[in-house]
Amino acid sequence: MSSGDPRFGPTDFEPVTAARSAETIPRPSLSYWQDAWRRLKENRRALISLYIVIALGLFTVPGPWFWRVDPAAQDVDQISQPPALPEVATIIGPYVPWAGVLATPAADSDAAVPLVTDNLRLFEPATTQAVRLVWDPAAEATGYAVYRSVYDPDPDRALGLPLTRISGAEAVSFEDRLGLEPKPYWYSIVVLDQDGIEVEEYRTLEVQPLRAVSPEEAEGRGWVDDAANLQLGNQIRLPYHPLGTDYLGRDMLARLMYGARVSLFIGIFAPLLFVLVGIVYGSAAGFIGGRFDQMLMRFADFVVALPFLLFMILFKIGFGIGPGESGVFPMLVALVLLAWPASARLVRGQILQIREEGYIGASRLLGAGTGYLVFRHMLPNTIGVILVTLTFAVPSVIFTEAFLSFIGMGVAPPTPSWGSMSNEGIRTMLSHPHELIFPAMLISVTVLAFNLLGDGLRDALDVRMRGRE
Amino acid sequence: MFAYTVKRLLQGVVTIWFIATATFAAMHAVPGDPLTGERATTEEIRRNLEARYGLDRPVLDQYFIYMGNLLKGDFGISFTQQNRSVNDIIREHFPVSATLGILSIVFAGLGGILWGALTALYRQRLPDLAIMFLVILAISVPSFVVAALGQLALVIMNTTLGFSVLPIAGWGTLSHMLVPSIVLGLGTMAFLTRLMRSSMLEIVNSDFIRTARAKGLPPARVFLRHELRNAILPVVTVLGPAIAAITTGGFVVELVFAIPGLGRYFVEAVQQLDYTVIMGTTVFYGGFLVFMVIAVDLVYGLIDPRVTLE
Amino acid sequence: MAKIENGSDPLSRAAVRQIVSLTIICIVGFVLLMVGLSWASELTGSDSAILGGVDFETRSITLALSQEPPQLDSTRSTDQVSFFVLGHVMEGLLRYDANNRLVPGVAERWEIGPDGARFWLREDATWSDGQPVTAHDFVFAWQTVVDPANASEYAFIMYPVKNGEAINTGQMPREALGVRASGDRVLDVEFEQPVAFFDKLAAFGIYFPVRKDFYESREGRYAADAEDLLYNGPFVMTQWVHGAHVRLEKNPAYWNRETVQLNVIDMPYITSDSNAVVNLYKAGAIARATLGTEQLEDAMRLRWNLGRYIDGSVFYIDFNFRPDRMTSNYNLRKALQLVSDPNELVNKVIALPGYQPALSLFPTWLRGVNGAFRLEYPPQRIFPDHEEARRHLELAKQELGIETIPPLVLLSDDSPLSNKQAEYFQNLFMRALGLEIVIDKQIFKQRLAKMTSGDFDMVAAGWGPDFDDPLTFGDLYASWNLNNRGMYNNPELDRQVRIAQGSLDQQIRMDAFGEIQRMLIEDAVLLPNYERGLVYVEDPGLRGVVYRSVGTDPDYSNAYLVESP
Repeated sequence: MSSGDPRFGPTDFEPVTAARSAETIPRPSLSYWQDAWRRLKENRRALISLYIVIALGLFTVPGPWFWRVDPAAQDVDQISQPPALPEVATIIGPYVPWAGVLATPAADSDAAVPLVTDNLRLFEPATTQAVRLVWDPAAEATGYAVYRSVYDPDPDRALGLPLTRISGAEAVSFEDRLGLEPKPYWYSIVVLDQDGIEVEEYRTLEVQPLRAVSPEEAEGRGWVDDAANLQLGNQIRLPYHPLGTDYLGRDMLARLMYGARVSLFIGIFAPLLFVLVGIVYGSAAGFIGGRFDQMLMRFADFVVALPFLLFMILFKIGFGIGPGESGVFPMLVALVLLAWPASARLVRGQILQIREEGYIGASRLLGAGTGYLVFRHMLPNTIGVILVTLTFAVPSVIFTEAFLSFIGMGVAPPTPSWGSMSNEGIRTMLSHPHELIFPAMLISVTVLAFNLLGDGLRDALDVRMRGRE
Repeated sequence: MFAYTVKRLLQGVVTIWFIATATFAAMHAVPGDPLTGERATTEEIRRNLEARYGLDRPVLDQYFIYMGNLLKGDFGISFTQQNRSVNDIIREHFPVSATLGILSIVFAGLGGILWGALTALYRQRLPDLAIMFLVILAISVPSFVVAALGQLALVIMNTTLGFSVLPIAGWGTLSHMLVPSIVLGLGTMAFLTRLMRSSMLEIVNSDFIRTARAKGLPPARVFLRHELRNAILPVVTVLGPAIAAITTGGFVVELVFAIPGLGRYFVEAVQQLDYTVIMGTTVFYGGFLVFMVIAVDLVYGLIDPRVTLE
Repeated sequence: MAKIENGSDPLSRAAVRQIVSLTIICIVGFVLLMVGLSWASELTGSDSAILGGVDFETRSITLALSQEPPQLDSTRSTDQVSFFVLGHVMEGLLRYDANNRLVPGVAERWEIGPDGARFWLREDATWSDGQPVTAHDFVFAWQTVVDPANASEYAFIMYPVKNGEAINTGQMPREALGVRASGDRVLDVEFEQPVAFFDKLAAFGIYFPVRKDFYESREGRYAADAEDLLYNGPFVMTQWVHGAHVRLEKNPAYWNRETVQLNVIDMPYITSDSNAVVNLYKAGAIARATLGTEQLEDAMRLRWNLGRYIDGSVFYIDFNFRPDRMTSNYNLRKALQLVSDPNELVNKVIALPGYQPALSLFPTWLRGVNGAFRLEYPPQRIFPDHEEARRHLELAKQELGIETIPPLVLLSDDSPLSNKQAEYFQNLFMRALGLEIVIDKQIFKQRLAKMTSGDFDMVAAGWGPDFDDPLTFGDLYASWNLNNRGMYNNPELDRQVRIAQGSLDQQIRMDAFGEIQRMLIEDAVLLPNYERGLVYVEDPGLRGVVYRSVGTDPDYSNAYLVESP
């Protein structure tokens, strides 16, 4: 490194140009939000949640274009059907009232065993329209009791549902029309003795009704255009319900699709709005503090303590919602008005804690303004709890909607919603679980999507998580 | 500390007064009244009833009379349970609700904190995911279903074992409380689990934890004294209102398990427009809530040295 | 830093260890807390040991009660549950026996004439404190019922007694009531007008006796607790923990104690959740449960012995006849009548055995002159006829001078069944007639307010009988009846109601009811839907429970236990 090195020429002593001055930054500079967005996109769970949201969106909006079934159409022949393959029905004549059969006094007197009826038989082939039973009169009978079971009553005399008690020995027939389905039934007849008490003996007949429908019914339910085209004995395809039907025979799939509109709307917007109100309110209270904080929080206590149902009724009247009108928007407003304090309290608590952190003081010393402090330092640090509240509010709002609709304060029937569908399904939870499981599953999936998204957002927004994962 | 508490209590009284006034106004603004029954009554019978309950006076008079009685601690007589004073109803049924509420909040609080800490430690791994799914299940299934399934499980357990391990319903002994309190606390536990996880994740990456570990504190101490204690703060914040909510929100559980709690009265009173019971339970719960909030704020001051009580 | 996610990190391991030990501490703490609370809560719960559904040794049964009895002061009771309890612990002049016949109660015999009645009280009827039940106790009770200060909602049921209404409206003192005690054991009653069914009224809960000195000694707390009541029925209430537990025990002072077989009726569960009640039965904790549609499948699988009965009430859709309402138009109502099919509603939609399609306002169980009213006066059957219905609808539009009928409001309450019913009709009327129906769902009190003010076109309503006479249904649509919420006004119907009210001749009365029934159907005044029924399961060891459409229901006074082999 001695001077006068021959390798150096005069050109080496010219001033460098400004262009080559700095080190190059290999990657573009990213702001906080840009960085958060980048990390969100890379988050696998957030991506999954995105796919779920897209799927739900497809289910809700274009879904009904493909599955063109009226969600309000009732199919009383297929009430509470579980998901199954399509069914066919046989065309039979319209229902004609039946006078029944009376025992002739001249009935053969060789009825050896008194109080036992014999020859229990069908009067005509059993269909889902009616099952008509006839039996021979029993000696010394004062009446008959008719039972029906879906299980064989033998050996322990489990006769099943009591359908009727016929008093008087003359009437020896019975017509059953109660919720008949094409499945095996065991009908039992028990004779009533002189005191009107059922005897131990019984006679049973196994019956398998044929699924049948009359041309008029088929037309009335819109399955065919003209009843005249139908021939008796023909087979007709019943409307297909891939996810089964509800308690009024309405198509579950169509109801789930339409129900998504109300549930997702209220389930997404209500939490977003009231958490937003809560954030603004809570951070104002926490940041300003003192007397102002005290006042705001006492007001929050006040709102929490108000009886929810009473004030919902009041809001309904206040908004002037008439019968049959949709109350979704007023319900949204009412929910926001009554539900914000929880998130406000939580945010305030976090802000109070963060306010005392060293970095806030440091930032303040560096001349940070209020807005900068709140938006740059405080809120990103409370994002965790905010997201948790938000994701938990989703199902609770969906169920609140259902409760309010049930007592006539939300959407008007027959508009479906997931919450009200699962509330209805609860009652038949054990006998027809599909009525509960499908809506509950969709609610769970929605909540799952929000939780995953929330986790993804949390990871993305949390400054301390930068450069991890 | 003492002065602060007194000040807060005074504020609480004002809050309760506001609650009472708003509820009173709302109650009278809603159509219908407690005296109309399914059977229509003649004008005369109605007048007799109105006179008996003092509803024949102007609403403002009724308000002042009610407030006067409230100051004396008298909540009046129930309209639906016509021989019982609201004071009696609260005195007899609140302890039941409170017992159930305390048990479930303890269950939810402890469970939430422990599960939450666990999920935070095992973040993104199997325990975390499994618990998240359970949490989602717990909150997206209506509470009625959880209660009914809990009861069904009891029935199955008792019938298969052939003797009564735990009673199906009813109230009175230890064994009656276990399942209802767990069912009641499940939703809150789910919430606290997620909240705890979130706040724990923030804490474990904090500077002071790094410092604590760097200076060689035993890991157990770091976890307990630094991480857990700090992460617990948001949980404490929601705990106060949660206690009040859980004691009032026990309606479904009380119904399914035939528990004589106050939650049933609280819900049914509004439907029956039982004026005195609505007022009594609302004011009582309002007071309870305000008290819990004050208690939580005081606890906050004890746990978190940074928060100063003015 | 990333190490923290690693389970093998010493911090994590320590943390997990700590969590485990904390969990153990928490569980122990939780258990201790429960022990403490259970000790503390013994005051509020049921302290006596709860037995199974039936106990043969002590001859006791355990049941669930659907709600806390709101009012056990018989002069002021109005609801089913209170009357159920009162029917077991009290007894009126007459009572219903196991075969639903009127039999002597406190009165051993009676005479009913056109102007009044006389009851001879039995000597051995005593209160639970040993004192005899006297005619004065009835006089005091009945006067209290009509006393305006007592403000009894059911006071109107005492109006057949002379001056009852005048006293209740404050025009006369309570002593003016037409009931006198002639000595301790004879009760004389004077009527306002002839009452053909006074014997049935005398069995009703409102007519139960109350002893004056006891009533007054309670200082306004009469019937507030178990010890604030005096009993004269087959049972006494020995425990009443509000909202939690009611316990009845056999009354040793009851005159007819030999016929009472059960020693204890214990009701330690009070819940309206039918599912919970069925679960209790399933576990053998109670002796009886009512089943809903959704529990039938399970009941058949478990091979239970099921029973059914009609609880007496009729449910229907009521129209609003106020002139500004569309439904005041006959042809519109006729169109709706011609498409509604109670058979389809009951058989397909409700699908619960026990429920019966209602064909008339007068239910099947009512008694006529000699036999069933239904057989003596069969209602005109209306079969669904959509063509005819559309014809009537067109007529209605012409008469009303409108192109389309505006949406009709169907007022409904918030019970699951009426929800189902309302949605079914909404769809039916839309499909069959193209009529738009909006369902106005309201919770209890708001619905009543709307019914009273006439803010509806149609309302899903129901009526439960008060006494065992067709009049309990027959006067519902009289123009002066306040329960006629739709303000139906038909002078001819009013005339028939007056005949039925004022006559003592059963033939004339029943003819009048037959006429009323015909008018109600022809004028399409209401759309009958169903008669409510119940399906229940009883413990195989429990026998002799009586189910009634009117009166104490169910009645365990004659129930007994049979140990099955």
